[in-house]
Parts: sequence; C-alpha cells; structure tokens
Amino acid sequence: MNVDVLVVGAGPAGLSAARELRRRGVGSVLVADREAEAGGIPRHSWHTGYGLRDLHRILSGPAYARALADAAVAAGAEVRLGTTVTCCGPGASGGFGVTMTSARGIETVGAGVVLLATGCRERPRAARLIPGDRPAEVMTTGELQQRVYLGDERWPGRALVVGAEHVSFSAAVTLAHAGARVVALVTEYERQQSYAAFRAGAALRWRVPVWTSTAVRRVDGRERLAGVEVADLRTGATRFVPCDTLIFTADWIPDHELARHAGLDLDPGTRGPAVDTRLRTSAAGLFAAGNLVHAAETADIAALSGRHAARQIVALIAGPGAELKGRLPVLAEPPLRWISPNAIAVTADGPAPPPLGRFVLRSQEFRRVARLEVRQDGRLLGRSGPVRLIPGRPVHLGVGWLARVDPAGGPVHVVP
Amino acid sequence: MTDPGASVADVVIVGAGVVGTAIARTLAGYRLDCVLADAACDVGTGTSKANTAILHTGFDAKPGTLESRLLSRGSALLREYAAATGIPVEYTGALLVAWTEEQFAALPALAENARRNGYLAVRRVGAGELYAREPALGPGALGALEIPDEAIICPWTTPLAFATEAVGAGVRLLLGTGVTGVSAVEGFYELATTRGVVRGRWVVNAAGLGSDVVDRMFGGDGFTIRPRRGELIVFDKLARSLLRSILLPVPTARSKGVLVAPTVYGNVLLGPTAEDVPDRSDTATTAAGLESLMAAGRRILPGLADEEVTATYAGLRAATEHVDYQIRVEGARRYACVAGIRSTGLSASLGIAEHVVGLLGEAGLPLRPRPSSVALPRMPYIGEAGRRPYQDAELIASDGAYGQIVCHCERVSLGEVRDALASPVPPADLGGLRRRTRAMNGRCQGFFCAATVSRLFEGAGRP
Repeated sequence: MNVDVLVVGAGPAGLSAARELRRRGVGSVLVADREAEAGGIPRHSWHTGYGLRDLHRILSGPAYARALADAAVAAGAEVRLGTTVTCCGPGASGGFGVTMTSARGIETVGAGVVLLATGCRERPRAARLIPGDRPAEVMTTGELQQRVYLGDERWPGRALVVGAEHVSFSAAVTLAHAGARVVALVTEYERQQSYAAFRAGAALRWRVPVWTSTAVRRVDGRERLAGVEVADLRTGATRFVPCDTLIFTADWIPDHELARHAGLDLDPGTRGPAVDTRLRTSAAGLFAAGNLVHAAETADIAALSGRHAARQIVALIAGPGAELKGRLPVLAEPPLRWISPNAIAVTADGPAPPPLGRFVLRSQEFRRVARLEVRQDGRLLGRSGPVRLIPGRPVHLGVGWLARVDPAGGPVHVVP
Repeated sequence: MTDPGASVADVVIVGAGVVGTAIARTLAGYRLDCVLADAACDVGTGTSKANTAILHTGFDAKPGTLESRLLSRGSALLREYAAATGIPVEYTGALLVAWTEEQFAALPALAENARRNGYLAVRRVGAGELYAREPALGPGALGALEIPDEAIICPWTTPLAFATEAVGAGVRLLLGTGVTGVSAVEGFYELATTRGVVRGRWVVNAAGLGSDVVDRMFGGDGFTIRPRRGELIVFDKLARSLLRSILLPVPTARSKGVLVAPTVYGNVLLGPTAEDVPDRSDTATTAAGLESLMAAGRRILPGLADEEVTATYAGLRAATEHVDYQIRVEGARRYACVAGIRSTGLSASLGIAEHVVGLLGEAGLPLRPRPSSVALPRMPYIGEAGRRPYQDAELIASDGAYGQIVCHCERVSLGEVRDALASPVPPADLGGLRRRTRAMNGRCQGFFCAATVSRLFEGAGRP
C-alpha cells in the first residue's frame, strides 16, 4: 500500500492534520494509532473546555475526541486503530517505508511524507527518582484517568497529588469523581501554577490546599501505599503524610521513540524532535506536530499545530515554489527551558511564521514581569511586551521581529 | 483449600526461588512425589526477581570454594537449558574496566584468579581497543579485562521455567504457604504452614532470606542471614545503544563498585549498591543509594545522564557471615540445607540442584529415574534480541491477538497476556503478569496501558 501522507498518532494534532490535508486536496491520507479508539488524551479527560481555539465551541474531552475523529474520516482520511507503527525508514521507491503491526498482520506502507504526532506522557515516579517502597497505588494522571473514566474504577481514601499545574487540578477533579479525598497538591515551586479561576474553583468546590515549596522525599508502604514523607524546602523540616493514592502529574516528556529511531535531531529543551517554523524535522519529508514538539500544550493548540503542519506538507507536495533556503536555530536562554519551534525556516518569501503566528516557550523560574528580547549576532531584533513567567505555563512570543532576521546570520537567541 | 499435604510427600522443598525451583525440576526427573512450597504468591519473588540479571562464568569466585565449582557447572548447564526452553539470554561478554592505577594494577591478579577457577578465556584489553569497542565510555579508563563468556539473562523466566517443568512433571506447587514450624513424626515431618500442614519424608531448605529461620527449626545454628541490599536503576531502551558489553567494576579493598549492563529486555541497568540492612523485607530504595548510582553512571557512561530512567528497584542478597555457600545434607535427619547463596544463585542454580540432589541420593533418598524423560517446557520469549510475537507475521496470521498490542512501550500483545494468564504457573497479581510478559514495565510505567492491563487481569477471574 502507498499513501501520499502517513500520520502517526490519532490525537488532536494528527486528526486535525489529516482533515486539513484532505480538505486541501491531498489524495490519500492514512492515520495510524495504537489505541483502540481515536482521539488521544482527551478520550479520558472528562472535564470540559476542549475545542475552544480550533472548533470554536466548548466540549468535554471524549466529545472533542469524537468530533476530531469524525471530521478526519468525513474529510476522507483513513484512520487505522489498534495499529502500532514500529519503524519509519526509507521507502522502497523513495519516500518512507512505515512498518506497522495490528491484528491484521504486519504491513509496510509506502508514504511520500510522514507526520509524527505521537504526543507526550507524564514522567512517572521512577523517572523522578523518588525513593522508597514501590506499592501499586502510585501512578500518573494518565493512568488514573484511564482507570476512572475508561475503567470505571473507584479510588476511595486519601489522595495526594504531586504538582500544581492545570493537569494537577484535573487529577484532583478525577480523584474526587473516583471517591477519593484529596489531601493536598504539593509542589516544589514557591506557588501554584494554574490559573487563578481554576484554582479558586477547585479550592472552593473540593477544598484542596496547595502545599508550596514542598517536596515528596520518600514513598512508604510495602503491601500497599501507607503515605509519603514530605519536606518543607524553606525550613528543611520533614513530616509523614498518610495517603492511599499518590498521583504524579505534569513533568511532560514527548513520546519520541519513533523520532529517535528515525535518527532525527532532538531539541535539548523540548526533548522532542527539533522542528523549524514549518514543523519540518531534520529529515526531509518528515514533519512533527502537536505535543511531540511542545509537551504539553492544551489539546486545541496541539490541533492547530497539526493544521499548520498540514499546510506546510501541502506546500511541499505542491512543488518547488516552497523550496527552503535555510534554517536558523532559535535558542531560549535560561531561565527559559525551551522554545518551540526551535528553528526558523527561511523560504524565498523570507522567514516562515510558526503555528498561530507565535513561538511558545516554557520557563523554569517565576518572574512577575519579564520582557523577552530577540537577538541575532548581538543585534536586537525585537522585544516583547511584559510577560509573566510561570513554570509549566506557556509564554508566547509574537513574530513582529521575524522580517528583521538575517537569513545568512547566526542563531537567534531569545533572552528574558 | 483442603489440607495441602494430606498425603506424605517424598520431598518437601521450602522456597520456590531460583534455587528451590531448580532443585524441584531436578528431583522431578526421578520417581518421587515432591511438594514445592513458598510463602509468597508466586515463584521467584525474593532475591531471584531483583538482581543484576547476569549469567556469570564464575571467573571472579574464590578459587577452591563450593561456590566456584557450582557456579562454573551451573553456568554451563543454564546456558544449555536456556537455549532449550527459550529463556532469554544474550552473549554480550563483559569488560572489567580499570579507572585508577590501583584498579589497573589489580587486573593481572584477577586474570590469575579466573585461571584458578578454570576459566581461561580472560584477555587483557588496552585503552585504545576498549574505547573502540565502547565509544560511549566515560573518559579516563586505563584498560580492561575481557571476560567473553559473561552473559545477560532473564531472571524472571528462569525460575518460572524450572517451576513450569516441575509442575508438568507432577510436583505440587503450594504458593502462599509459609512454613511456621516443624515437628518430626515417625518417618516423616509435619510442617506447619500458613495454609495448613504439609507432610514430607525429606525436607530441602531453599528458603533464601528465611533459610536460617528454617534451619533452626531443624536444629541448625551454623549461620545467620545478613541481608545485603542492592539498589538498581533501569534506564530507557533508548540508552541501549550506549554500550555493547557488560561493564564491570574492578573490586578494590575499598569498594566493590557499580556495574553497567544491558538487559535482555533492551534496557540498561546500573547498580548495585551494597548495604547491610537488618530487615529481611526492606526492599525500599533510598535517596543516597540512587544518588550514588547516578553519580557512578555519569562517570562510567556519561550518555546515561541524557536518558530517562524507566525503573528503580532494590533486592536483598541472602548473604551470611560465611564466604561460601552453606550447603549440607543430613541423611539421618532426612534434611538438606541450601543457603547462603548470596548473589550467584541465578547463574549457579542448576549446578546447586545437581549437587544437592546427588548428596540427597548418597544420603539415602531413593533416586530412581523416571521411565521416560520429562519434556522441557517452551517458555514465552520476552527478550528483545530475538523475535517477539508483534514481529512474527505468521503467528499474527494464525491469531490476530498477537498483533494487538496492549502495552505500547514494551510492545506486549493481547495474545501474550492471555497466554500468561492461562499458563501452568499463572500470575497471582499484576507484578506476576509483569514478570511473565513485560507488560507495564516500560518507560511510561502504566501511563498508557495500566488501566487496560489491569482490566485484562481482573477479567481473567482473578482477585
């Protein structure tokens, strides 16, 4: 089998890209996803708020997942579920050969262009090197939500949530739904990182305190979870907090196995494949979008990233007019952790704009007011308005300065 | 259940770790009625499940000891057995890397020690060749000894294969059956257990971390188990390309050092620490332990620092105050003690079993071979080097469940989970399913698959 474009991952980015590709006249688009149902993470995220920026309506996660999947299929994309892409290598006659396993067997599909939209996951407890016993009642938000919303499981008792970002509050909501009493959200940062409205809502409705400057030091409980030792980072004092469930939230990492095996350059900040403003990776014909390149933005932003990639793929297929003249790296300076995209694609028309006409960044420190300066070879290209830096929260950088980039110059630096 | 040991068995083996199961499958070759009992709900849950998973040659054993002899013999037997039953093994070889002048100076003595153990293939490797073979090695290595026959093995499939063979040959496996006391009756023993009385004419004590307690029930007082905890870190499979061989430390007077090894599942293992702990069930990891391992890992293989950690764990070695194994068979008492196996039990298991069964025969246990030999089991392959079900087009064509992946990081199919649940020695909990299939053992640690795998497990009608 041969297709024009093969999309790996049927989450918001992959499905939105598939629909856009078909709408713009691409002949054959195949989306492969390893799960039994399309939609990605929103499938098991039952709170509302999905679809705002891409579908311009507000849906629950599962409804949003279905809407995106239906739209991709209606536009003429083929969506293959229960299908695991195991390898993406050079094709027999140019392009790519993408090997996939499913109940139907093992097949290698030829594809002119491949879009990786494999998303991201939360770092589990082991990867965070939290010592102690290893009882089963310790998990990530992803596991919790699948157990509760897809598996209808109950998790009564006391629960502690590690993290104080949006997803941490989402985990607290899921826990409440599953019958748990949330003891607290704990964060090593000096303040929580979610939006005030969301936090106030959660605090009022579920009375969940946020323990700031607090670290989980050890997990206790051999047969089952007994509790954790937490440390106050301001005083160094430690204490034992009994709990029956422990949820590790946020601390996202892209699911980049295929990208690594395909030999793509990784961005050291995002840990996803390095991409330019046209979402091209370091391999010609291989694109990446969604939370694989910015872990993690909200689902609608991932969807719009997928649409952006689709437009660049259409331009590539259309022919030589879209040829690229170069690629300038964009580097985020500390305390910024990463910037996405992390390079500027230079075309005959000049530097190409990123998805949504803006770069997205993350900081590892709080700054009440910061201005982001964009510099190239010591030259100031532009300065942002005042922005607030909050770890785990997106910071955006507009592109008014993009026209002043010297295509023959050195890397572009973003300095807070 | 009804009284598990209403009849009097010929032999009761206490402890279903790698040593106990090896003895059970060896005894199963004779016309004997055997019981294999363990306090845990699965085989191989103690020292056997949490170790460095290396199939040693025994090159570094103390020459002249029983351990040296049984390690050398057991290692050879296990290589054959693994090939016949499908236990994952990879012949990676090992490099004993010297980082200091002191360590470098110790290499000739280690080579001589290997020769005295009858292992002759050790070879000196210069720094140039060392870095050519292991380009990701940290700077500063002075040279190495190559031990070409050191290998890596699946520590979970090994006792499971022994137990599967034993059960297939009629051995009664009693799990959740912890021995709490013993009384001698005319001609046999009555073992009081957490699940009733078990009767047997002969008793083999292979109780690992509890072997001194059992030994005292039989009047022994020659040794005490001193659990030595080893913490280990498992790195993501994407780190696997950083090394080809097992990288062993050179032991010095000050420290035994930390090794870095590939695993048969395609990960990289870093460890172990060595810490004497009073508690025989304290397998918690510690901040200090993990920190020291990470520091050592950064020196040995700096590329590890950029890779994700998949898992951390700790195991307890059943060490004693003695250097050597504590093996003795008392014919008059019809009792065998197989203890103090420390950290070499996996590699030596079949050698220990052969030795112990030989001693039992000499002591009076009637060893009459079965008229027909027992068929070896063919174990599900959970290694990374060979062909897994998801890669096997013919298998998937015969049953689509092998193409339906339920654990994505480890690429475990529905067919494999189903087979494990229906196997002769089925898992009693999710941990048991993990050890039989690798499901949930990958980098996401359940983010994507735990809910599904749990449902499959519970759907199989288990608690």
